[in-house]
Amino acid sequence: MAELPPALSGFWVTFSTMFKKVNTEQYPEEKDKYPPEPRFHGRHQLNRHPDGLEKCIGCELCAWACPADAILVQGADNSTDQRFSPGERYGRVYQINYLRCIFCGLCIEACPTRALTMTHDYELADNSREKLIYEKEDLLGPLTQNMVSAPHEMVPGTTEKDYYEGKITEATPEQRAEVAARTDEESEAVR
Amino acid sequence: MSTTSHEATGSDTPTVKMITGTIDGTDVTVPEGTMIIRAAELMGVEVPRFCDHPLLDPVAACRACLVEVEGMPKPQPSCAVPLGDGMTVQTQLTSEVADTAQKGVMEFLLINHPLDCPVCDKGGECPLQNQAMSVGRPESRFTGQKREFPKPINVSSEILLDRERCVSCARCTRFAEQIAGDPFIALLERGAQQQVGTGEEPFDSYFSGNTIQICPVGALTSEEYRFRSRPFDLVSVPTTCEHCASGCSMRTDYRHENVMRRQSGDDPEVNEEWNCDKGRFAFPYLQLERLATPLVRENGQLRRASWPEALRIAADGLAAARGRTSVLTGGRLTMEDAYAYARFARVGLGTDDIDLRARAASDEETDFLSGEVAGSCGPVYRELESAPAVLLAALEPEEESPIIYLRLRKAARAGTKVFSLGPFASQGLEKMAGSLVECVPGDLATQLDQLDDETAAALSQPGAVILLGERAATEPGAFAAMSRLVQRTGAEWAWVPRRAGERGAIDAGCLPGLLPGGRPLTDETARQEIASLWGIDPDELPATAGRSLAATVAQIHADAKAASEAGEEEEFSPELAALLVAGVEPDDIPNADQFLTALDSVPFLVSLETRPSEVTARADVVLPVAVVTEKSGAFVTWEGRRRPFGTVMPQPTSFTDAVVLALLSDYMDLATPPREVDDLRTELGNLGAWQGSRVSPADVPAGSAQQPGSGEAVLASWRYLLDLGTMQEGEPHLAGTRKPAVVRISAATAAANGVEAGSRVRVSTDTGAITLPVELTEMAENVVWLPLNSPDSQVLVSLGALPGDTVRLERGDV
Ligand code: SF4
Ligand code: SF4
Ligand code: SF4
Ligand code: SF4
Ligand code: FES
Repeated sequence: MAELPPALSGFWVTFSTMFKKVNTEQYPEEKDKYPPEPRFHGRHQLNRHPDGLEKCIGCELCAWACPADAILVQGADNSTDQRFSPGERYGRVYQINYLRCIFCGLCIEACPTRALTMTHDYELADNSREKLIYEKEDLLGPLTQNMVSAPHEMVPGTTEKDYYEGKITEATPEQRAEVAARTDEESEAVR
Repeated sequence: MSTTSHEATGSDTPTVKMITGTIDGTDVTVPEGTMIIRAAELMGVEVPRFCDHPLLDPVAACRACLVEVEGMPKPQPSCAVPLGDGMTVQTQLTSEVADTAQKGVMEFLLINHPLDCPVCDKGGECPLQNQAMSVGRPESRFTGQKREFPKPINVSSEILLDRERCVSCARCTRFAEQIAGDPFIALLERGAQQQVGTGEEPFDSYFSGNTIQICPVGALTSEEYRFRSRPFDLVSVPTTCEHCASGCSMRTDYRHENVMRRQSGDDPEVNEEWNCDKGRFAFPYLQLERLATPLVRENGQLRRASWPEALRIAADGLAAARGRTSVLTGGRLTMEDAYAYARFARVGLGTDDIDLRARAASDEETDFLSGEVAGSCGPVYRELESAPAVLLAALEPEEESPIIYLRLRKAARAGTKVFSLGPFASQGLEKMAGSLVECVPGDLATQLDQLDDETAAALSQPGAVILLGERAATEPGAFAAMSRLVQRTGAEWAWVPRRAGERGAIDAGCLPGLLPGGRPLTDETARQEIASLWGIDPDELPATAGRSLAATVAQIHADAKAASEAGEEEEFSPELAALLVAGVEPDDIPNADQFLTALDSVPFLVSLETRPSEVTARADVVLPVAVVTEKSGAFVTWEGRRRPFGTVMPQPTSFTDAVVLALLSDYMDLATPPREVDDLRTELGNLGAWQGSRVSPADVPAGSAQQPGSGEAVLASWRYLLDLGTMQEGEPHLAGTRKPAVVRISAATAAANGVEAGSRVRVSTDTGAITLPVELTEMAENVVWLPLNSPDSQVLVSLGALPGDTVRLERGDV
């Protein structure tokens, strides 16, 4: 068989590729086709109790555990008129700096209340340093149907222990009324 | 306070017997009576402990420190068993028995300990956490229900108690009883229910904060620090307390440019390991509204200005008033800043009108401070501790210099006799088991002269000390009388100011007629020394002693009067044309009204301040200066001991007073004086104390108490430690532990004026009145006492009277 000229044999490689299986993943058009692995370490989330109170108690153990010094927490007292978490203490300031975070997950291991977990969200690119420091509002988990957003009272007649034992399942009408009243007041004030 | 050496007390210390025991196979020689735990520490073996504290009596309450002692059937608590001669001890390092015993105790302690670490302030610096890691079992075998208490409870408005966390070590209760003498907390109940609690009264002790620091768990916390931070967030800087002349060594912990807490430092020569609640909790004022930029007055209004503009105006105004300016420095400056003022007044302003005392003062006191106190070094804390007898005159240590109180109480427990000249036996005096020598205000000098033989004999023992408080300034003849008493008894003596900056400012020369280092302005050699140091001709120094604060105020009023008499056409030139004021709080000055009108009428007023105040509101130029955390410097204790401290939070945009004065000098085209703390300190240090002759205080005749008529009484008053002081602002929880304001009179005085127990008393002068509940007290007749600067009782402002004055007394409206 006659030898193909070297130039043509080079083009043959290119040509033959057209008939091979395509390896390219069409990100972002087809990203749902390739979900992350179940234990993927993505952006953090601050979870809520089933009635919407925050689980974070501002203990700073996550900040302590972090090898990259990416987390800043400042605790504070829940007061009678502003309750964010069951018990005495809540995280008043909560920031994660995604320019520093190496997604090691040591923070979520340290968290004593399972307030901090990691999601599958990996789309964290942005165009300024400020935007990559996530505040508590950015990190708090979504409100489900059963929740109303903190601050609000605990379920009447319960203690923090009941929350940790999983006895609270949803926001009660009292809590809903309280939050509704507050939101009304706030929108009133805005007007 | 004399130049004689203080070694006399050293010679009669009994010789200590040394004994030798063996710990973990190593011989160790220690003084007899040393506890095993201390001896082990000396050789670097750390035995776990909770209840043990070197400054508290041993109780062996927690049993964490068990060690094996040869010949004893059971493991022994090493904190309560002294090492014996020839004793063989094995700690957890070499003995299985000790190790198992310690682990067992730890497991026991944790049975009822809650899983609070994430919400506990002690987490991260907790001895229980640490020792659970080092000598605890990895897993608990306990599965039952833990003991629970409602948490937390307020034992005072500042201190919180989480009883679940308590390990019943009795450190707090022993501190309260043995050190502070305020046994308002005690261990109640027994067994698993054992808990710390208060009786009827809250734990309102001036020293309550120390219990938080020594609690080996997080059972005691403060409202101020609760949940605000973790140890690893904090930057800790050793510093000196700026609140009083006790001079406590402290540690300031800050996070993100905010001070989070302050703790007492460990200085065996001064505050040991304790401090008072004012020093510990009164720091939020540092973060209250500050002056951000210089201000200048334009069309009667203060407006913001740039530094160059403000300095220009200030420098021009001051230069125009050269030789006719008065400088008031207040008692809060560091020694270095005070020195900068002393120099700037003489060199920059050509005046000797400089006074550090923003309080009641007298010329007699000026002489005494310049002649006897400036540059001297007096008896120190240790000498108080070893003194056979101490006389307190016009001084209430618990309120006015708390660490003196703690030392004296420690001394009194070991046998020192404390005598106090005052109108009644205060709580503080009772806690020192002291004896009262009854003395009505105004009568101090006479009482000092007529001191009974028994007291005088006690003071004649070698090492006895007389402490004279700053209130002696309102007692005519007191300084001379004290000198006579010192001669009569041979006792040591010291003068105790209240504010942290007074002693340093005296040494630095912030008094009329007094140059730095105790040098009299009128002495030729002294003038030469200072002039050559400052690079000027001795003739350029002011020739005669200048004005005190009171004289300054009087002069400004006289000028204003003369000006109004002179009419508008004539050119009138006032004797005092400008004032330079630093950190003066008008409410501390007798006749605050007159002081403020003087500020209003003085032609030119420059104020160096940290926060807006009544002075800055009246100033023509306001120059902001650094607060204590932003600068370094030194305070000088009542002993004359220098307490240097470094900058806690460097703040490039804030200047010390010394820097601002140097800038002013530049703008006035003068040679730039030293402006860095180190240079100022070196210069003052090289100068040294004056060895030549001193002003001899004028022999002021001893005053005697006024004789009140019917319906009248002699006013007695002093400040509570926690009062309305501006440096205590911003901390409501601390304010909640203030002592309540009451009027004290004797039962007979009450009866004579129609006052019954439980009613209210109205104390009045022509200026105003104060009405407070009465507390019948065993005290001198026809004397009425009330706190000087407490809520509802601002004596200087409301009554316009000083201790020793006569006031009217009647039953108040119910
Ligand atoms: S994942 Fe790791 S690096 Fe990121 S915040 Fe948590 S501990 Fe820090
Ligand atoms: S997220 Fe968890 S670990 Fe971090 S502060 Fe909140 S409770 Fe503590
Ligand atoms: S409160 Fe703290 S210091 Fe007091 S007994 Fe309990 S553990 Fe000891
Ligand atoms: S005793 Fe004086 S120096 Fe010590 S902490 Fe209290 S106020 Fe500060
Ligand atoms: S430290 Fe010895 S018994 Fe507590």
